[in-house]
Amino acid sequence: MSEERTTPKARKGDWVRIQRTVLEPGERAEHIPEDTRKVPLEMWAKGFLLDEEARVGEVVEIETGIGRRMKGIMESINPGYRHSFGETVPELLKIGRQLRAWRWEHESGRGGDG
Amino acid sequence: MKNSGEYTEVMSRKSEILKKAVGLDYEGFESGAIAFDYEALMGSVPYDLKQIQQIQGETGVGNTPVFELRNLTELARSYAPAGKGARILLKDEAANPSGSFKARRAALSVYQAKKSGFKGVIAATSGNYGAAVASQAAMRGLDCIVVQECYDSHGVGQPEIIEKARKCEAYGAEVLQLSVGPELFFVFLKLLEETGFFNASLYTPYAVAGIESLGYELMVQTRERYGRGPDAVVVTNAGGGNLTGTARGIAGAASDSLPRIVAASVDLRGLNMASDGDFNRKSFTTGHTGFGIPFSVFPDRSDVPRSAARPLRYLDRYVTVKQGEVFFMTEALARLEGLERGPAGNTSLAAAFALAQEMDREQIILVQETEYTGAGKHVQPQLAFARQEGIHVYLGDPAEEVPGESIVLPETPGLIRAREIDVEELKKSYIRHGIDFARQRGGGDLKSLSEKDVEFLMQETRGDRSWVENYLHDFLEEG
Repeated sequence: MSEERTTPKARKGDWVRIQRTVLEPGERAEHIPEDTRKVPLEMWAKGFLLDEEARVGEVVEIETGIGRRMKGIMESINPGYRHSFGETVPELLKIGRQLRAWRWEHESGRGGDG
Repeated sequence: MKNSGEYTEVMSRKSEILKKAVGLDYEGFESGAIAFDYEALMGSVPYDLKQIQQIQGETGVGNTPVFELRNLTELARSYAPAGKGARILLKDEAANPSGSFKARRAALSVYQAKKSGFKGVIAATSGNYGAAVASQAAMRGLDCIVVQECYDSHGVGQPEIIEKARKCEAYGAEVLQLSVGPELFFVFLKLLEETGFFNASLYTPYAVAGIESLGYELMVQTRERYGRGPDAVVVTNAGGGNLTGTARGIAGAASDSLPRIVAASVDLRGLNMASDGDFNRKSFTTGHTGFGIPFSVFPDRSDVPRSAARPLRYLDRYVTVKQGEVFFMTEALARLEGLERGPAGNTSLAAAFALAQEMDREQIILVQETEYTGAGKHVQPQLAFARQEGIHVYLGDPAEEVPGESIVLPETPGLIRAREIDVEELKKSYIRHGIDFARQRGGGDLKSLSEKDVEFLMQETRGDRSWVENYLHDFLEEG
């Protein structure tokens, strides 16, 4: 299959995420760290697609949830949230056991009278 | 949008744009080369405490409960010398509509925006304040835009900030997410101009006056239950508004003895807040020294011409804690008190745990905020993310923690410390910044600083005349 056919396509009214460059590396503020000045200042926004149809990677126009229009490169369609409660951090489990042990020791020290 | 000419052009019109977007003429408060009339600025809020409480009450903000942390108090006492170990209280600000004390600040800003006829509000924040403004805007029927610094140049976002974007969007706000860099302010100014929305800055008098109700409530609640006010109140410090508003509210709850106001920040010294490479090497996006120190020594670096948040006027002591200590306390708060809050908001709690051990058992130390916990905004994803970014996370002595390289979770609670920041040094630095500020404004011959400037510096640093004049003289000599 051609790349054209595998790239996801959105239709007018679909909720999409766009990316645009605000400042190129050469345009960035003077007094910022070297590593930041070397890269562009980028911005991401979400909104309803205004173009009849578009593929991911194309420049599109959107209308945001509060009705503002913006242009940018369409990055995804129906963008969701991927952040989570994370992987287990074993050190936290150790802290939990330690606090439990302290609590029982402490309770018995109080002669069980609460 | 791609021309640096536009950047320079927009930035050069900064004060004009801000003036329209706050509906306040700051020039009217200027009174010297360095000085301005701070109390007159605060007085521009046409509401007294009772009216502020009423406005906040309309949207369910405020009147949050105070918890006595019995088990954490006992744990602190088990590491304290005999007779030491103050009672630790916690004001549960997570109980506010948007999950943090920031609802108090947003409530007054958004109310004022609506009353002044603005159609929408904009806030530049990666923190809880965005959600607070979005929530209040939803309640008052205004549009809202939140501008966040969220991603590094590889498109990797801080989980905590991504969660806050989700929360803002849940309230119907438009969220603009940016990569790292202080030029976010340029985007912000352009938006203010394009939309004509209200600048719901954290640093307007409204955003600071809104916190006074917190200070007032905590005094009343503590007195009601214990027959006396707290001996110390610990405030997580970043931009200084939380501390300023709380302290002003406490002072307003007139009392013979006022508590000591202790600022606490997470120690991120060594990391550059504007560095793309450092951005994801920190696990705290606010409440840290990267904001706390610069905003103390030069509050007027904010997004309004004159900041209403002036922490050096109010703080009695300033301490830091390590990232690992705050994560530990977050876990302990859940395990021993059954309260899942923070992590970032538990900075002051970690400090209080250490400070309680210096105080007498009969005394009371109050931690004045909590914040909601959620996906991405939780000990586990934040530590897992740090590990993924190459930070060494381990159990040990937090004194070894190096920001950007390690997070050391205390091996035992006895290792948690509140480490002093030399407040006198901050005050000296404040005077130095004041002189720079006057010079940037083309303030002619600085040797002719007016009496008003000296008096202003005395108020700002709580220094006596000879102390202020001494340092002014030294710094001016240095040139």
